[in-house]
Amino acid sequence: MDIYLPIAELSVNGLVIVLLGLGVGLMSGLFGVGGGFLTTPLLMFYGIPPAVAVASSATQVTGSSVSGAMAHWRRGGVDIRMGAVLVVGGVIGAGIGSIIFRALQKIGQIDVTITLIYVTFLTLVGLSMLIETVRTLRRQASGAKPAKMKRHNRLIAALPGRMRFRAAGLYISPLAPLIIGVVVGILTFVMGIGGGLIMVPILIYILGMSVSTVVGTSLFQIVFTTAAITLLHAVQSKTVDIVLAALLLVGGVLGAQLGARIAMNLPPEKLRMALAILVLIVAGRLLVGLTWTPTNLYTVQLAG
Amino acid sequence: MRRLLLLLAALVAAPAGAQVPPRLIADISQSRIDIVYTFAGAELLVFGAIQYPSGEAPEERPDIVMIVRGPPQSITVRKKNRVLGLWLNTDSVRFETAPSFYRAASTRPVEELVDEQMAAIYELSPEYLQLSPTGATDPAKISMFEDGLLETRRAALLYGSEPHGVDLVEKILYRARIDIPAAVPVGTYTVEVHLIDEGEVVASTTRTIDVEKSGFERDIYVAAQQESLSYGILAVSLALLLGWGASAIVRR
Repeated sequence: MDIYLPIAELSVNGLVIVLLGLGVGLMSGLFGVGGGFLTTPLLMFYGIPPAVAVASSATQVTGSSVSGAMAHWRRGGVDIRMGAVLVVGGVIGAGIGSIIFRALQKIGQIDVTITLIYVTFLTLVGLSMLIETVRTLRRQASGAKPAKMKRHNRLIAALPGRMRFRAAGLYISPLAPLIIGVVVGILTFVMGIGGGLIMVPILIYILGMSVSTVVGTSLFQIVFTTAAITLLHAVQSKTVDIVLAALLLVGGVLGAQLGARIAMNLPPEKLRMALAILVLIVAGRLLVGLTWTPTNLYTVQLAG
Repeated sequence: MRRLLLLLAALVAAPAGAQVPPRLIADISQSRIDIVYTFAGAELLVFGAIQYPSGEAPEERPDIVMIVRGPPQSITVRKKNRVLGLWLNTDSVRFETAPSFYRAASTRPVEELVDEQMAAIYELSPEYLQLSPTGATDPAKISMFEDGLLETRRAALLYGSEPHGVDLVEKILYRARIDIPAAVPVGTYTVEVHLIDEGEVVASTTRTIDVEKSGFERDIYVAAQQESLSYGILAVSLALLLGWGASAIVRR
């Protein structure tokens, strides 16, 4: 089933894209992450131009996150105030990201930068997740009580203008989540990911947010930030391929629902461990790809 | 078929004359290529006839070179080098007039037909393209990057040459098939046909062909370019609707 993508300007096998969306959706439902970290590299690997892959994958993340965000919303798992601050930060970050993206594109270093950021972040996130879950599993096996988390981070407490985030159980300066939002926003724009993978551990370990609202708030932020980023890409770089996004979404939203169902019957610690390993595999594959001698040393870029 | 008949009729009616160079008549199987959502490439048939002033074909077999060329682009070619074990883009050359698409077909390899100068004037095969490099002065470097460009575009099926791609019938009729890949750039293409005799181009003719997105593909593309904000909002709405719809369906 060949389908011509009007923005990417090439013909793809529609079924492959739908299946790719389904696979990524399954992962995202299973592990509760957006799945952008899988979509973007896979699309690029399939031959979609990086700029189109990044933009269209942001659109797909919006779709695959919205149902999760709504589910969390219904049971009160979203701290709106925190979410709003993160979104504001995310949009600012997206703006900064777009400037960085264009600058890198101009000097021809965008692909390698995207890959290196991927490798760095996926390795960090994967390793910390792996260490964390192995510890928890060991603790569960020995029957020890979980160690109490430190509720205060001196640096964050020093920031001015505290604000109460009720559902999150925090009384901190909004500057902290704002900065986090900006950083994640930059990454979202440049990498085409939702950022849940990075956001969730930061909210838990650095801000000390209550675990019950973290995933919902992160999803809330992802929906709005990726929607804003889709708009930015559409207006600025004009690289959102709606046909590609639709194909990804059809598979993605179904996969996400399916994954969420399967996840209910699986122990969360084992799931996190599996996700950590998957993340590390993706990082490893990307790193190896950078060191292999390419079959063609030359690339052609249209001068804008 | 009807075109072919008309063409033959024109041939028969051709007046006889001395010392007048032959004329080339050419036509293409289609005057435009519509890129629709099922577009997976196309095959162009370029055909025509050689009209000899005497009305008789010469003793020797004539030679034809045919070129299908897309609109020129200004491009940057980058080369990767190993830096600390990683392959990074380190060097680049800009070319101001690289055709976005270039395919040649001929009755015999171009080197056997003309000398280098003639091949360069008429750009008869990819190696002889005049690419107008800027940003580099070292000829060795420029030539290296030109090779890199040709290699990359050949691999993408955008450049190519068929040294025996033109078929001749009775030294009068000629035809060639040119493959247009799915990832073809849009724009107005030219089809040049050259008749070559004793190292000289003795007759030429040119046709154009429009490669355009059409129907749904075109609407999407135009919307993305001109109504980019509405297009973006549409993309976001589609994502929200599909995401929400799937969860609503599954919950039932």
